This record gives sequence, C-alpha cells and structure tokens, in this order.
Amino acid sequence: MSDVYRVTRAELFKLVRRPSGWVLLGAAVVLSQVFGYLVPYLSYRSGGGDGEVVGGATPEQLLAGTLPDQLVANSIGGFPVFVGALALVLGAVMFGGEHNWGTVKTLLTQRPGRGRILVGRLLALVVALLVATGVMFTTGAASATAIALAEGEPVVWPGTGALASGFAAGWLILAMWGVLGAVLGETMRGVALPIGLGVVWVLGVENLLSALAGSMLSALQPVRDVLPGVNAGSLAAAVMPDGLVEPPPGVTTAVAEPRALLTLLAYVAGCAVVAVWTARRRDVA
Amino acid sequence: MSPLTDEPPGAVVEVRELTKRYGNGVVAVDQVSLGVRRGEVYGFLGPNGAGKTTTLRVLLGLVAPSAGHVRVLGRPPGDPAALARIGSLVEGPAFYPYLSGRDNLRVLTRYAGVPERRVPEVLRTVDLADRGGDRFGTYSLGMKQRLGVAAALLKDPALVVLDEPTNGLDPAGMRDMRRLVRRLGAEGRTVLLSSHLLGEVQQICDRVGVISDGRMVVESTVDQLRAGGELVVVATPSDVARRRLLQLAEVDAVRASDGVLRVRTDERHVASVNRELVAAGVDVTELRRDERQLEDVFFEMTDREQEASHV
Repeated sequence: MSDVYRVTRAELFKLVRRPSGWVLLGAAVVLSQVFGYLVPYLSYRSGGGDGEVVGGATPEQLLAGTLPDQLVANSIGGFPVFVGALALVLGAVMFGGEHNWGTVKTLLTQRPGRGRILVGRLLALVVALLVATGVMFTTGAASATAIALAEGEPVVWPGTGALASGFAAGWLILAMWGVLGAVLGETMRGVALPIGLGVVWVLGVENLLSALAGSMLSALQPVRDVLPGVNAGSLAAAVMPDGLVEPPPGVTTAVAEPRALLTLLAYVAGCAVVAVWTARRRDVA
Repeated sequence: MSPLTDEPPGAVVEVRELTKRYGNGVVAVDQVSLGVRRGEVYGFLGPNGAGKTTTLRVLLGLVAPSAGHVRVLGRPPGDPAALARIGSLVEGPAFYPYLSGRDNLRVLTRYAGVPERRVPEVLRTVDLADRGGDRFGTYSLGMKQRLGVAAALLKDPALVVLDEPTNGLDPAGMRDMRRLVRRLGAEGRTVLLSSHLLGEVQQICDRVGVISDGRMVVESTVDQLRAGGELVVVATPSDVARRRLLQLAEVDAVRASDGVLRVRTDERHVASVNRELVAAGVDVTELRRDERQLEDVFFEMTDREQEASHV
C-alpha cells in the first residue's frame, strides 16, 4: 500500500468520527432541502390556483422545479455559494485543526514524507466531498420522488449524461472550495481566521465584485471572471437545465463553460501546490 | 528484519556542529555536537529554553537545521526510512480530542503502516488498556502522557525519543515511566531522553549530554560526571591527621572545616588512606565518601557556561 493511500484512509477514519464533519454535512442537506424542495413546495401548496404568481413564479412552475427531472439543478444549485462555503469550512477545519491541536508533529513523525502526507490528506478531503455530493443528490432524489408521488406527477429523471455532468460539476465545485479552505487552514495554521476570511469572501466579496462588474464598473469584468465563486456559478449554470424559475444565488452565466471548468481545475491544482509547498518547507514548532 | 538488529554501524544519532537560527535572529541551538550509541539510554539535560526540544525536533525532521551535520539511524532527519524506526514524544502528547485513545492510535497505525494489533499491546504496556475506549479529551494529564508514550512504541522502534516523558505524572507514574524507559533500554532499544529532572536521569541513563544556552557543555557517562567526590574524614587529633594526609601521594587536596577533613582522592584509595591514618596514631571516628549528585555537577557546569557567555 502506498503512503498516500494509507494517509487518505487514516484521514477518512478520523473524519467519519469527527462531529464537525457531520454538522457541516447536515447543514448542507438541510439548506438544500429547505430551499430546493420545502419552501417551493409549501409555496405551491399555499398558493392560490389558476396561475397566481408567487415570488415571481406560478404555482405550476414552483411544483415543476421540485420534480425529479430538476434533480441536478436542485442538488447543485446551492454549491457555488452556500454549500461551497460549508465545503471551505470543512477544508479549513480539516487542515487548520491539526495546527490548533498540535497534531501536525504527531503525523509528520510517523513515516510518510510531508508531500505525501499533504497529498493524502487533500485526497481524503476530495473523497469526503464526493460522498457529500452523493448525499446531496440522494436526499434531493428522495424529496423529488416524494413530491412527485404526492402530487401524482410522473417520476422522470434527467438523462444519464446530464446526471453525470451535473454530479461531476458539483463535485468539482465543492472540491475547489474545500481545497481553498484547506490551503487557508494550512498556511494560516489555524481554523478561525481561514473560516472568517473564507466565508466573508464567498458570501460577501464575490457578490460585491460581481455586482460592481455587472453594473457600474465594467472594467472589473476581467477580475470578476477569474473569481472562484463566479466560475463555480458559471459551471453550475452550464450543467443545469434551463431554469423554470430564478436561478439560485451565485449561479451565473458570466463565464463560458470550458473556461469555468478549466478555472476551477486550476484553482484546485494551484491550491494543492501551495499547500504542499508550504507544508514541505516550514518548520513545525 | 527486526527493527532492533538492522541498524547501521556507528552512532544511532550523530550530530555535528548543529546550529538552528530562526528568522527573528534567535539562535536556539549553537554548534551542538552529540552522539547516541546503539542500545544506550542517553539523557539530554538542560534548563528550560536551553535548546533541548529544538535539537530533538531537528532529529525528527520537524525543524530544518541552519547548519551542521545530522544523521539519525544513518539517514538525514525526517527521512521516511528512518522515521519508520523512530518512536517519539516531543513537547507533550498531541492527539485528537474527539477520538478515543484507541482510535487515536489506530489513526497512527495507518500513517505508519503498522499492523493494528500493536494498539492493544502498547495500551497494555502503558497501563491504559481499560481506558482505551474513552475520548482523549477526557483523559487526565498523566493519561495523555502515557498515551503519548504508547504512540511512541507503536512502531516497535529501534530509537525512542522522549522529551520530558515524566511531565505531568504523579510520583507513581514517574516511577512507572522510569521502569518503562529502563525496560526499553534492556530490550536493546536506543533511548534518547530529554529531561530537566536530574535525579531521574542519574537513575536511568548510561550517558548524558548537557546543553545550556544553546551550547553543548559536556557529553559523558553519568559516573564520569559524578566522579571526583570527596572523602569525609573525622579523626583525632585533627591536625596530625591533616598533616599525614597531605604527605600521601594518593591524596590530591585536603580541606578542613568544623573539625571535618574533606579529602580529594580516588575511591580506590579509601582503605589505604585509613590504614595510613591509623598507623600514624590517629583515631578515625568517621570515614565515608561524599558522592557528588548529578545535580551538583549540572549546576556547576551550567552556571559556569552562563557566566562565560555573559562576559
């Protein structure tokens, strides 16, 4: 067995026993279920009949948005911003926590070299986010099926290609945010500061810059187009079916799909390189 | 091959002129040289802040040396092949508070590539088998320390590096730890132990290195360091005794204070000194060796070193 594989196994062993990991996953599922299914469905149920408009959409549109054929949109709609922020927190917690507890020295004195340890830990994070993506799709599928059956609507799933590309895009978006959180946790050697800065960035700065670039300061567009959240939103938009209602926050068509895909991959690779470089050369006090 | 028998020839730990200078200009370790031989229990002594932990961190690859030559088990510090055979506990145990003691060790078996069956074995060794299922966060200081030692033993290491292993232990725990370290040495492992508890080092170490203000003061066996104890003689008449002692070739010096003569001579000459005094018509009422404690030697050396560095 290679060192990297062993480190990944050890990290996943830790993560499944770590309460904060489950709290973050629970928060992601609850957010996604509430805003993807519960709110639209309750709005549909409480709305009047005959095409009355509720929040910019007719009740029929609201119901249609919760049905199984919208699984991709409902599962990854929150990934560019809210679920992405949670993935960033997970990365920061997994990497910064080792510095808080002083366990870095315990890990680095076992056997594998520093580079392999870092790669193994990053792989564990990415695998955990793969599982999280699966959980989001699975819980979404369960809610969509329940609503379709309750409303007597047909259970029609997206095509295999659309599901696969949606799933892969969702995983990549979470991986990008997670690895960004990891590099912040590793370089800042803690949890609180990376989480604070990261969440302010995801929820605040990105929106602000996007809004400015979209309205009064078009000169900011080149800057906007390299932002991680904007590219995540653009990739999500590219794999989601044409919306029946307003797209979720952060989902945008600012950047074309191939460029968004490459930008996210570049962020993942760049962050991984910075994290490995930092971990290899720094003294562990 | 057993980890205890495949060591390279020569010193297990070889440090020559190691210097560690931090970015802020602080020199934590200044041209330190030391050697730990296979199978010995080596005590690394020094006051707090002397550079012990920094030196140990360098040996484990946690801190990069600024200058000097360092080899551990024949390899550069931090080399995976060497780390695979080193067990360490440096500056307190660090584990995951949300995991049980047992699960913490299971994580480390995965990292180290060690079979999981080692976990109950090492928990038994440190007497934690019945608390292995409890969360690490609920452990007392002494239990945490013992889990740290258990982790250091997981790899069945050829070299065990323990930094202040009795920190936080009660007297019984300290006694058990001393026994454990002695046992590790008896099993043929090399043990490098840092401590500021001199009595402890005197009891369990074969050789010691003393570091003060980042500089190595001396490296020697405990017996050699403690050599040079005095012979205390109470005899009447005292002045006759003193004159006779000063005539003896085997006596280096005699000091008289409060009717007690303190004679500097080798231990093997005690009987002949006694004979000569009796032959000179002196009544010897007390004759005993006053052993120097390691503590006396240590303070003598570190005080001298600090005075020298402040000149």
